[in-house]
Amino acid sequence: MIGTAGGVLAVAAGLILFALTDQIVFFNSPTDLVEKSIPPGQRIRLGGLVKDGSVVRGQGSAVEFVVTDTNRDVKVIYDGILPDLFREGQGVVTEGAVGTDGQFRADTVLAKHDETYMPKEVADALKKQGVWRHDDPDAAKPQ
Amino acid sequence: MLVEIGHFALVLALAIALIQSTIPIWGSRTGDERLMAVAGPAAIAQFGFVALSFAALTQAYVLSDFSLLNVWANSHSDQPLLYRYTSVWGNHEGSMLLWVLILAMFGALLAAFSGNLPKSLKANVLAVQSWISLAFLAFILFTSNPFERINPPPFEGQDLNPILQDIGLAIHPPLLYFGYVGFSVAFSFAAAALIEGRIDAAWARWVRPWVLTAWIFLTLGISMGSYWAYYELGWGGFWFWDPVENASFMPWLSGTALLHSAIVMEKRNALKVWTILLAILTFSLSLLGTFLVRSGVLTSVHAFATDPTRGVFILAILVAFIGGALALYAWRAPLLKQGGLFAPISREGALVFNNLFLSAACAAVFIGTLYPLALEALTGEKISVGAPFFNMTFGPLMIPLLIAVPFGPLLAWKRGDLLGAAQRLLAVAALTFAVVLVTWWLTYGGPVLAALGVGLGIWGMLGAIAEPAMRIKLFRAPLGDSLRRAIGLPRSAWGTAMAHFGVGMTVLGVVAVSAWQTENILVMKPGDTTEIAGYDIHFNALQERRGPNFDEQFATFTVGRDGIPVAMLSPTKRNYRARGMPTTETAILTLATRQIYMALGDPQQSGGIAVRIYDKPLVVLIWLGTVVMVIGGLASLSDRRYRVGAPKPARGVAAPAE
Repeated sequence: MIGTAGGVLAVAAGLILFALTDQIVFFNSPTDLVEKSIPPGQRIRLGGLVKDGSVVRGQGSAVEFVVTDTNRDVKVIYDGILPDLFREGQGVVTEGAVGTDGQFRADTVLAKHDETYMPKEVADALKKQGVWRHDDPDAAKPQ
Repeated sequence: MLVEIGHFALVLALAIALIQSTIPIWGSRTGDERLMAVAGPAAIAQFGFVALSFAALTQAYVLSDFSLLNVWANSHSDQPLLYRYTSVWGNHEGSMLLWVLILAMFGALLAAFSGNLPKSLKANVLAVQSWISLAFLAFILFTSNPFERINPPPFEGQDLNPILQDIGLAIHPPLLYFGYVGFSVAFSFAAAALIEGRIDAAWARWVRPWVLTAWIFLTLGISMGSYWAYYELGWGGFWFWDPVENASFMPWLSGTALLHSAIVMEKRNALKVWTILLAILTFSLSLLGTFLVRSGVLTSVHAFATDPTRGVFILAILVAFIGGALALYAWRAPLLKQGGLFAPISREGALVFNNLFLSAACAAVFIGTLYPLALEALTGEKISVGAPFFNMTFGPLMIPLLIAVPFGPLLAWKRGDLLGAAQRLLAVAALTFAVVLVTWWLTYGGPVLAALGVGLGIWGMLGAIAEPAMRIKLFRAPLGDSLRRAIGLPRSAWGTAMAHFGVGMTVLGVVAVSAWQTENILVMKPGDTTEIAGYDIHFNALQERRGPNFDEQFATFTVGRDGIPVAMLSPTKRNYRARGMPTTETAILTLATRQIYMALGDPQQSGGIAVRIYDKPLVVLIWLGTVVMVIGGLASLSDRRYRVGAPKPARGVAAPAE
C-alpha cells in the first residue's frame, strides 16, 4: 500500500515537473519581446498598454492593435472578438506567438472585469519604464 | 441610524466572539460545566448580532443610502431591486460580511444541533469556530468596514460592476461561501479533537453531515460560477483553470477526499490521523482561496478591486490558522492511535486509492496555481501557468481514479474480491466498449482520444448504476421484488450511486465539448444567413433599446432547421450608463443536451456586426452532472443514520483513544 502511494506520488511529481518545464508561458513586455530573441512559434504572454489610435477593427473579425510600454511597440494581430473592456490606452495581456513572418499573433486577449483594474504584470512592466502613475485611491471619491 | 446599529452590532459580535473563543475552552480544561455551557448561547448571540449588522447593510442598499461609502461605490438608484440586494455582496466589504454571517450561522447551527455531543467536545468545537470568526470580524472592522460614511453624501451612486448584475452572480457567491465556510465546522471538530487528544468513529459520524453539507454547497457554487462565466463572459468557455477558479476547486478536491475518508473512519475506525489532517487542509485551502481572491496577488479574470493591506491581514490570518492547526496536529496527532486493519484490496483500500489520487490532483492544482507567485518572488521572472499545464497533470491523475470508481462500492470491507468485482462489471465494460466503438465510427477521422474519453464517462455512469442494480437484483428478480429491494436500500447507497453517476455525466460533457464543439466567427448584416451544425441562422435585425440602467443594441436571429424555424435568439451588447462600461449578453439556445451559443462582437465599418456562434454538443451534461452529484449528496444527507440531531447512537459516546 505504501508502495502504491509512493508510486502515485512519484508519477504525480513527475507529471508536474514535466509540465512545469514544458507548459508554462513567460510574460514579456514589448521591450522584452524586441530585445530578447524569442524563437518563432514559442508561446508567450505580451502585456502593456493598447497604444492610442492603433486599433484597426471593423475589417472582418480580425483586429490589429499595438501594445506598448512606451519604450517599444509591438503590433498584435488577433482573430476573434475582443473582450468588452478592451480599450485604447488601457492595460491588456495577450497570449500567442511570433510567426515566421515576425508578426505577433495572439489567440487570447485578456482584459479585466473592472475597468479601473490594471493587470499586475502590466503595472510592473510600466513601472519599469517609469511611466506608471500610481492612482490616488481617494481620487475616485467625491469631494 | 440603522447603519450605526449595524456597525455597533458588528462590534458586539466581536466582543462575543472573544468570550466564546476563550471561556468554554477554559471550562473544558478545568472541567467547569458552567463555563463550557457559555459556548452555545454565545454562538447563537454572535449569529444574531452579525445577522443584524448584515440586515442593516442590506437596508442601506435597498434604500440607496449613498451616505455609506460602500453603497455609493457599488449601487445606483436606477438599479433593479434584486441587484440592490445582490450588490450587498458584490463588493469586498459586503462579501466579507456575508462570509462572517455564514460562519456565525454555522456556529449557531452547531450550537443548536449538537445536543448529543459530549459537553467538552461541544465547548471546544464552538470555541475553535469562534477563533475563526474573531479573526474575520477583526479583519472587517479594522480593514474593510462596510459602514464607513461619506460627508457630504453624494446624490447618486456609482453602480454595481455591470458584469455582476446578473442572476447567476446573485446566487454564486453565497453558495460558494456556504461551501468554503461549511468546511470550518470540520476544521473546528478536527482542532477540538486534537485539543482533547481523543477521537473515535463517533467523531466521524458527527462530522460527516457537516462535511457533506459544505460539499453540496461548494459543488453547486463552483458549478454555478462555471455556468455564469460561460454565459456572461461571452467566451463560451466553462472552465479556464484560472487561479480564482482553482482557489475554489482545491477545497472541493480535498473536501471530496475528506468525505470519503470519513466513511472509512466511521465504519472501520481507521484512517483517523489522515482524516483529521484532511479536515484541517480542506478548510486551510478554503482560507487560501479567500486570500487569493481577496488580496489580488494573482492576475485573474475574476479579480476585482483589491487592496494590498487587506492582503497582508488575510495572509496573517491564513498563517496563524494553517500554521497553528498544523503545529497542533504535529504535536497531538501521535496521541491518536490507528485502528482497524484492512487488506489493500478492500473497500477501505479503494477509498484510500480515491484519497491518494484526489490529494495528488489537488497538489497538482495547488502547485500550478502558486508556482507563478513563488517564481516571481524568488527570481522576478513572470510566467503564467495555463490550461496546458493542468490538462497534462490533472487529466492523467483523474483517469485511473475514474476507472476505479465503479469498483469501490463492489468491494467488501476489510478484504475484497477484485476479480469478483471485475466479473460483475463485465456487462458494464462490454457496453462501454460498444459505445466507444460506435463513437469512434460515428466521428471517424476525429480525435480517437475523444472516443476513449466518452468511454470513460459512460463507464462512470453505467458503473455507478451497476452496484444498486445488482443489489436490487434488477432483471433477475421480478420487477415488484426489485422495487421493494430498491426502497429498502439505504439512501446513502443511492446517494453514492447518484453522485458517481453525476461525475460520469460531467466527464462526458467535458469530453464532448472539448472534442466536438464548432465555432463560427463571422461578420453578418441583417438579412444574412449562416449555418452551424446543421442549423441555419438568419440575422433579422439589429435594434436599440433602453433598459433601467443601461442602453443596449440587440440583434434578433432566427434559428431554423431545414427551413423550419426552431427558435429566436437575441444576443445583446449593453452599455451601462453610470460607469460607461460595456457588457456582452449572450443568447443560448438549449436543444436537449446541445447548446447553440451566440455573442455579438464589434460593429463593422461596412455596416455589419461581428458575430460569434458556437455549437456545443452535450455541454448541458457538465452542469447537469454536478446537479446529479448534489442530489446524490442530498440523498446521503437524508439517510437517517447521518441526520443531524438524530437520536444518540448506542456507541455514540466519545470514548478515549484505545
